[in-house]
Amino acid sequence: MSELPQYPPIDPTTFDLIVIGTGLPESVIAAAASTSGKTVLHLDPHPFYGSHFASLSIPEFNSFLNSNSAPPASQSCPETACPSDDPNLSIINLNCRSLYSDLEISSFSPTLLEECSRKFLLDLAGPRVLFCADKAIDLMLKSEASQYVEFKSIDASFIGDGDGALLAVPDSRAAIFKDKSLSLIQKNQLMRFLKLVEGHLRATAASVGTDVNQSEKGEERETASRISVEDLESPFVDFLTKMKLPAKIKSIVLYAIAMADRDQENKEISKQVLKTKDGVDRLALYQSSIGRFANASGPFIYPIYGQGELPQAFCRRAAVKGCIYVSSVEINPNLEFQSSGNYKGVKLASGQELFSNKLLLDPAFTKSSPTSSPDDSLCARFDFLTAQNVKSKVVKGICITKSSLKPDVPNLLVLYPPQSLYPEQSTTVRVLQIGGNSAICPMGMFVIYLSASCEDVAEGKKLLNRAMSALLSFPDCSESSSIASEENVSHPVGAEEGKPTLLWSALYAQELQTTGQSDCITSSPTPDGDLDYNSVFHATLELFQTMYPDTDLFPATNPSDEHSGENAES
Amino acid sequence: MHGRPRKPLKPVDEAAVAAKAEKLRALQSEFLSNHQNKIYSKEAVELSAKLLEINPELYTAWNYRKLAVQQNLAQCESDPESVNSILDEELKVVENALRQNFKSYGAWHHRKWVLEKGHSSMDKELGLLDKFQAMDARNFHAWNYRRFVAALMKRSDEDELEHTQNMIDKNLSNYSAWHNRSVLLSNLMKKAAPGFTSKDEVLTREYELVREALFTDEDDQSGWFYHLWLLDQTVRSEFPLLVSSWPVEGSDISLPAADYLDGCASMNVFHYSSRNFPLVLYFNQSVRGVNSSTVSVSCGFNLNIDLIWKPLSSTDSQSAKVWATHLAIPDAELHSSEAYQVEVKVGFSQGIVSTTGVAYSHPSQISFQLHLQKTPLESGQDSRFGRIQWKDDCFAVYEPGSAEPDLVNLLDNLTIKNEVESTASTWQARIIDDETNIFRDLLDCKIGKLTVARLLTAYNSLRPLDKPVHCKEVLELYSELMKLDPSHYQYYKDNHSLVLLQQLGSFEKLLWVQMLDLSNNELQSIEGLEALQLLSQLCLSNNKFRSFTALESLRYLKSLKVLDISQNEIGSHSIDTTRYLFRSPLSHSVGSCDWNINYLSSETYWEAFFVLKDMGLTQLDVAGNAITSKSFNVFLEKLLPTLKWLDGVEVN
Repeated sequence: MSELPQYPPIDPTTFDLIVIGTGLPESVIAAAASTSGKTVLHLDPHPFYGSHFASLSIPEFNSFLNSNSAPPASQSCPETACPSDDPNLSIINLNCRSLYSDLEISSFSPTLLEECSRKFLLDLAGPRVLFCADKAIDLMLKSEASQYVEFKSIDASFIGDGDGALLAVPDSRAAIFKDKSLSLIQKNQLMRFLKLVEGHLRATAASVGTDVNQSEKGEERETASRISVEDLESPFVDFLTKMKLPAKIKSIVLYAIAMADRDQENKEISKQVLKTKDGVDRLALYQSSIGRFANASGPFIYPIYGQGELPQAFCRRAAVKGCIYVSSVEINPNLEFQSSGNYKGVKLASGQELFSNKLLLDPAFTKSSPTSSPDDSLCARFDFLTAQNVKSKVVKGICITKSSLKPDVPNLLVLYPPQSLYPEQSTTVRVLQIGGNSAICPMGMFVIYLSASCEDVAEGKKLLNRAMSALLSFPDCSESSSIASEENVSHPVGAEEGKPTLLWSALYAQELQTTGQSDCITSSPTPDGDLDYNSVFHATLELFQTMYPDTDLFPATNPSDEHSGENAES
Repeated sequence: MHGRPRKPLKPVDEAAVAAKAEKLRALQSEFLSNHQNKIYSKEAVELSAKLLEINPELYTAWNYRKLAVQQNLAQCESDPESVNSILDEELKVVENALRQNFKSYGAWHHRKWVLEKGHSSMDKELGLLDKFQAMDARNFHAWNYRRFVAALMKRSDEDELEHTQNMIDKNLSNYSAWHNRSVLLSNLMKKAAPGFTSKDEVLTREYELVREALFTDEDDQSGWFYHLWLLDQTVRSEFPLLVSSWPVEGSDISLPAADYLDGCASMNVFHYSSRNFPLVLYFNQSVRGVNSSTVSVSCGFNLNIDLIWKPLSSTDSQSAKVWATHLAIPDAELHSSEAYQVEVKVGFSQGIVSTTGVAYSHPSQISFQLHLQKTPLESGQDSRFGRIQWKDDCFAVYEPGSAEPDLVNLLDNLTIKNEVESTASTWQARIIDDETNIFRDLLDCKIGKLTVARLLTAYNSLRPLDKPVHCKEVLELYSELMKLDPSHYQYYKDNHSLVLLQQLGSFEKLLWVQMLDLSNNELQSIEGLEALQLLSQLCLSNNKFRSFTALESLRYLKSLKVLDISQNEIGSHSIDTTRYLFRSPLSHSVGSCDWNINYLSSETYWEAFFVLKDMGLTQLDVAGNAITSKSFNVFLEKLLPTLKWLDGVEVN
């Protein structure tokens, strides 16, 4: 089964925690557990860090998605349970299932990309950015993982329409002032609304007593500016309507600032209606992100060398704290249980048995078909490890171009709110362009990430294709493999109004799955469909708290806030 | 709200503070002894640097360094390298001092001093400035210094304008950037630089810019100031013009001959009752240079001396909108009954210029006739000093086209119109109209109301010869503002009062008025009234004047005999809020003080003294004011020897 060079056996063999997979949640928990003095073994079947959060070169990307897209039937794992050496142990076999499907790769310029295919670092979990005031940033600072990552500022964010026009998101006072598309009165309305929210937040903060000075200064004035409880519980979109904001501004606030995913106007279709309370919190996150770091021009930052740097930073932190790392290890782990039904450890493909009190698994691992299980009741407890029939998916796209969507703006975000591309569009399409200055592709080239949540992959792909055709020009497909197309690409004669020409694209769907847990075994969440890491980190922190309810997460040794400014480089 | 005050010292433990103070004191005394003994050795100079880095406010140390630099430069004049190193050292010390306190006057001044020696490079200085402006974009020291450097390095105004734009784009609440913009634009327009030749276009562009700022953040005050500046630029005519005068062209004036006593209360309008006869020139804007060489007066009789023209302005001793002189008819001529032709020629020779430097270029001439008339004495000694009663039946209702039409029509005789002015006022009216319409969308907030009120007022000032419009709306806006923004109540109230006064019509059309009743009008200021040089009787009772300085215009009314300021609030407020209606409180001239301590024991009535001294009042009513008291009446009687009636009581 294994032609790989045999690893020397792992020693020691007993740990407090075994973590399989180096995705961001796994890495954060490995680092947190190590920091709190637990012995941790961190395994990854891949030769790179990050699992589903990794940043990969084009060949790695192809092979990762291809191998992981393979139907489970081709899995080489034996159908039946491996007989245990010890009759007292029951065993459940785990398979590595794929989170991805419907992979479609088109290369319009094979030779060009051939030369530099290894110079790309494509995010599996893109498009994704960090808010400067994100929980993720705070956690990185607290855990001191931040010392291993540097960031680039996202230069601008835009709202797009079906014709390819990009309008800057008027997200701050300066941006509203400079905006050319809003009328005077719209500027006034938007700014007043932002001030209203700001006043509410100040008043709330003052009443909580977090900011004593503020409460002293503006007590009488601020109490009046609080948003009523009734309004806070109502849908955000209704509150915006009540504030008499015109449709255009509502759309900006909902989809480009509060980053709502689904159509908020159509509450029947939309499952996720944002409450005013949450909308206000998202506005607060956005506003507090602007200007947090002097050298970040907007609210967002992106890690240099790609998203894969984040899990890697936590892994390095974990390693410093004594966590043991083994990568490229062939894992078809068999869970071993004592006769009492308690989890005991895992057995690797190599046959080595490793024992731990707790186990954290990459979300791709699923239990083999129930027939192989010797104990039905045992199996039933781990139903969360069965491949669920996941309904929600996110469709992702990655495009490579040789020119930017906006001249002189290498790193940018574009949002297509619901109905902006076509009337049936029910979710926001998010587009993130990252340029060579973030070291994720050769200088002069650009990687454009797209994503949209959907129930139906075909619908999602249609959405992404529509956004791509609004932003990019496609080379003639019939010539795509010939040399002639090469010349077309380097001299885009037929390119529409300076739209970047597509050189390479990949479309794929990813399942969305949340955490699962039973006793000592936990399955970490998949990357979610959000633009930021807030939910991922939130879920991870909860996971850690349930795994180790009495342990502080990265207890503050010395508050290193003074370093915070150094990590964003622009 | 700038919000960047100098930080108070961090609370550290007292022992450390004391130790620091002790160290500083030691340094300081050592430095002072070096200074006194003129020791400029390397060590001594370094000591001063150390001292300045701790305390950049020590002017003596900066001066010491200047002396040291001069001495050291003198020693090494031939060697450019050591000159550079000496000056570089100074720049370094300044930079360190500024790091300690970038609002230190002494440090910035020292840097200027070094730069004036031709040292440092533009890029280096601008780089330093960028650093300081990044710390505090509105630091006015940095902005001042920037202007200095830009001028020294001959950086173009266009480039600097671009810089202000960038700063405003970063943060629109940058008062300093807006201000600098106004300075640069004034220069560029004055120079008629390419792209800045049409005032119309430049202002339209700027209105668009500041509009974006005001609509984006109506609470930000820096934009308001800029808008106000633009409005002033719009309304202010480029070309100084004479808009009215007294006497008017072609009028006949009767003067009493010498054997008739003056002071008679005849209501014959053209019958002036004094031999000291006023001439008034009313310009459309403040001008300077009105004197006997720029304004020639010729008449049938000899003028023994050059006429002295005085600006009627309490804020500026050099320029004014209204200028007056007095024509003293020499005794020798008094018995003559012939008519004298008087010709006033304005601006035939160069010299009258507006405050913005535009020369008066529309020479005009006013001719009128003077008659010396034998008017019979109307009544005896008693009635001559009879008390004037302000009763309704003393006044005839004046309505346009009814009573005395000749009189009013005559006033329009001075029509100085020309092409330039009429085309100019078209674009000005258009701009103001557009602005008004746009800001009506913002009427639900303070700045919107205030701006509309200002725009409507400005609109009226563009067409001074027409009846003011929208007065009711403006008054309502100010009333709403008083309720909405009580902390600036007095400011709105003052403006409210000015609008009320303007409803009278412009003063320039009322130069002939001798008797005026403005009672019961809630007035707080009589700014502009000084133009009415013929005014001999004035009633201001039952208004809201709160101090004598609010009545400062009275100082210029040399003909005033009867004054009623009863039932006001004079004396109830120590601070006169109308002062900030003037261009700058600092230019508020106090005049030469011939305060005679001998006849006044108290300084309490200083304001009253200042306004009322030199006035030839015969009748004064001050009852019903906070200041009213027995001692005040005693003071008034002493101050005004001509006074016959005080508060209705005959003065002995």
